[in-house]
Amino acid sequence: MALTKRTLIKLAGAVALSGLIAAPATAFEPTKPIDFVIMAGAGGGADKIARFLQSVAEKKGLMTRPLVPNNKGGGSGAEALIALKGASDPDHTILVTLNSFFTTPLRQPGLGIDIQTFTPVAMMGVDPFVLWVHKDSGITTFEQWLDEVKKGGYIMGGTGKGQEDSLVITFLEQTFGLKIKYIPYKGGGAVAKDLAGQQIMATVNNPSEAKGFYASGDVVPLLAFSDERLAAMPDVRTVKELGKDFSYYNQRAVVGAPGMSDDAAAYYQKLFETIYNTTEWQDYMASESLSPLWLKADDQRAYWKTQVERHKELLAAMGE
Amino acid sequence: MEILANLSDGIWLSLQPINLILILIGVTLGLFIGAMPGLGSVNGVAILLPITFLVPPSSAIIFLAAIYYGAMYGGAISSITLGIPGASTAVATTFDGRPLALKGRASLALVTAALASFIGGSISVVLFTGFAPLLASVALSFGPPEIFALMLLAFATFVGLGGDDIPKTVFSICLGLVFAAVGFDEISGEPRLVFFGITGFLHGINFLVLAIGVYGIGEMLWTIETTRGKITSTEAKMSFKGIIADSKEGMKRGWRQTLIGSGIGFFVGILPAAGATPGSLMSYSVAKMTAKNPKEYGQGHPGGIAAPEAANNAASTGSMLPMLTLGIPGSPTTAILLGGMVIWGLTPGPRMFTDQPEFVWGLIGSFYVSNVFALVVNLAFIPLFIWMLRMPFTVLAPLIFVLSVVGGYAATRDMHDVWLMLVFGLGAMALRKLDYPLAPAVLAIVLGPIAEPTLRQSLLLSSGDPAIFLNRPIAGPITLVAIVLILMPLVKFLRDKLRGNRAGTAT
Repeated sequence: MALTKRTLIKLAGAVALSGLIAAPATAFEPTKPIDFVIMAGAGGGADKIARFLQSVAEKKGLMTRPLVPNNKGGGSGAEALIALKGASDPDHTILVTLNSFFTTPLRQPGLGIDIQTFTPVAMMGVDPFVLWVHKDSGITTFEQWLDEVKKGGYIMGGTGKGQEDSLVITFLEQTFGLKIKYIPYKGGGAVAKDLAGQQIMATVNNPSEAKGFYASGDVVPLLAFSDERLAAMPDVRTVKELGKDFSYYNQRAVVGAPGMSDDAAAYYQKLFETIYNTTEWQDYMASESLSPLWLKADDQRAYWKTQVERHKELLAAMGE
Repeated sequence: MEILANLSDGIWLSLQPINLILILIGVTLGLFIGAMPGLGSVNGVAILLPITFLVPPSSAIIFLAAIYYGAMYGGAISSITLGIPGASTAVATTFDGRPLALKGRASLALVTAALASFIGGSISVVLFTGFAPLLASVALSFGPPEIFALMLLAFATFVGLGGDDIPKTVFSICLGLVFAAVGFDEISGEPRLVFFGITGFLHGINFLVLAIGVYGIGEMLWTIETTRGKITSTEAKMSFKGIIADSKEGMKRGWRQTLIGSGIGFFVGILPAAGATPGSLMSYSVAKMTAKNPKEYGQGHPGGIAAPEAANNAASTGSMLPMLTLGIPGSPTTAILLGGMVIWGLTPGPRMFTDQPEFVWGLIGSFYVSNVFALVVNLAFIPLFIWMLRMPFTVLAPLIFVLSVVGGYAATRDMHDVWLMLVFGLGAMALRKLDYPLAPAVLAIVLGPIAEPTLRQSLLLSSGDPAIFLNRPIAGPITLVAIVLILMPLVKFLRDKLRGNRAGTAT
C-alpha cells in the first residue's frame, strides 16, 4: 500500500513525456483476426469494457484486422491465463485483464503462470469499489450498517473467494471486527441482481455494475473504497475519510501473450493509446466511474510487481 | 391504455423504411446464421454488433434483435434436414425433427417448426408488452434456492424422457452431470476433472460440442450402419398447397405442445441465468411427459418439434426482459446486446422504460414485425432446404461430417473440441447400440452448470440446511412437485418389477 495510485499517475506522466521524443513507425501489422481474450464471462464489467474497446477500434477504423472477443472466464481467469501462455500465435493474441491477473497465479501456483512473462500493452483505467445495500433495509450510513452487521447473521454476495470484492469484504471484517457470510456468484451482474431482489443483504460492486439499480433508487451506496470521492456519488464518503488507509481498484488493462514480438507489442501499445485518447473512451470512463490511470509499458511491469506484493498481503490476511 | 398507445408508436417506428429493411436483412441473416451448425445467435450478434454504429441506437437494436429472432427460426433447419443441431437452442428440435425428415416428411417438420416459432414468439411478445414491470419483479424474486428448485423440477421431467428404462435414464443423466462438472469449479476456482491433464478440458465441455458429436456424427454413423448406404433420400416435394396442408397437420398435432413451449420458454427466458437452450429442452420433456402416448416422441412427432421451437422463440423474447428492466442478461446473446446498449450510451436498468421509451417501445414493436417477417422468410426458403435433402446420402454424409467438424471448431475455436466431438460421436453410437437414451445426458450437461452453483449458494445461505428449498414461498411448491414427479416413476417401476417377479415365479 506504499505506492498509491496518485504517485503512479505522476510517474506515468513523467515517463509519458520522455516517451514523446521518439515514436518510430511500427513494423508490425496484423495479418489475421486478433484473438481478443477476456478474462471473465459474458455480461460482466470486464466483458463490457472489452466489447466497448472493440467497438471503438471498429468505429474509428483503427484496425486492418478485427479484434474477435473470446470469453474465457473459467477458474477466476485461470483459463484465460493458460490460453495466453500457450497461445500458438502470440503476435495475434491479447488479453483484457482484471485483478485476477494478480490473484489467480498467486492462489493457484500449480498453473505455472509467471505474469512477468506477459507483454504489457496498456492500462486503460482502474475501476473503484463501493459498498451497496438495498433501500428497503433502511440503512443510509456506514455507521448504521456496522450496527446492523454486528447483530450477526449478515449475508453478502460477491464474485468468489479470493476475488476482488471478497478482498474488500475481508478488509471490512478485519478492520471493523465483523463476521459476514459470503455467497459466491458467477459475475458482478448476478450479484447486483440478487441484491436488488434482496436475496443477499449487501455487496461490494463496481459502480458500473450497480448503475441501473442506483439510478432507480433500489440500491444505496454507503462507502467508496477509492482515494477520493466519486464524481457520480459525491455524498458517499471514502474509507480514507474514516481514517483507514485503504483503497482498492480493479485494473482494466490489456496485456499481450508471453513471447509477443517487440514490433507487435509496439503496434498494440500504439493502438490502445489511440483508443485511450478517443472521446468515446474518455466519456465511457466518466459515465462508468472509472478512474484514469494511463501507464506506459515499463511502468506497467512495475505496477504489476507492486500489485502482486499487495495481493500477497491481502490474500494472506484472508487466510488463503 | 397507455401501453397500447406506446405500442402503436413502437410498431409505427419499426415500420419506418430503414427499420423495415433492417428487420428484413436481420431475420434473413439470422435464419442462415442459425442454420449453420456451430454458429448461433450469439456469434451472429457479436459479429454484426460493430456494423450498428452506422444507424441510430433504436434501429441498431431492432436489427440485432431481428438476427436473434431469425437465428431461433433458423436453428431448426439443420436440426431437421441434416440432424445436426444448428444452434444449442435447437438441439431438442433434432429429437423429433430428424426422424420426421427421414420418414420423408421434412416439409411437415419445417413448417411445424416455423409456425410454432411464430406462435411462441407472438405469445411471449404479448405477455412482454402487457406485464413487463410485473415480470421483472418475478425475475428478481428468483434467488438461488428458487432457481435450483426449478432445475430439480426439470431433472424430474427427464425421467419421463428416457422411455421406460429408468436405470439407463439415470445413468445417462449422471454421465451428463459428470461432463458438466469438467473444467473450473465456479465457486472455489479450482480445476477439476481435467482428464489426463489435457488443458483443453480446462474450459469445460462445451454443450454444443457434445450435441454436434452425439447428433451430427453419431446420427450419421448410425444411418450408415443401419442402412448400409442404401438410404432412400426423401421424396419430399414442395408446393404452396403442400405448405397449407402441412400447416394444418402440424398445428393439429402440435398445438398443445406449442402452448406448453410458449409458456415454459417465456418463463425460463425471463429468469436471468437460464436462456433459450434450457427453455427448449425443458419444454420438450414436459411435452413428452404430459403426452397421451409418450412413446411417439423421438420417432417423429410434430409435437416434439413444436414444443422446443415455440420455446426457444418465446425464451429469446423473454430474455430481453431482464436485459431491459434489470440490466442483467437472460441469455448469452442478450449479454452481448447489453454490451451494445452501453456502447450506444444507454443504461439498461429499472429506469429504462421511463428514460428511453422510444428505444424500448421501438424494440417491442419490432418484435411483432420481426416475427411476421421471420415466418414469411422462413416459409419462402423451405423449398431450398428440402432440395438439400434430396441429395443422395453419399453426398449428404460427407457434408454432415464437414459441417459437424466446422461447427465443433466454431463453438470454441479449439481443435481439442473437434477431437472431443468425434469421440462423443463414437461414444453416442456405442450407447445407442446398447439402447441407452442420450437426450437425458444432453439435458444434464445444459442444466448441470445452472443447478450446481445454485445448490451450493442455497446451502451456504442456509448454513447447510436443505429445508431452504421447502420453506421459501416460491421454492417450496416447486420442490414438492419435483419430488413427487421423481418418485412417481420410481414407484411405478418398483410396482411393475414386483408384478413381473410374481409373474415370473408363477410360470
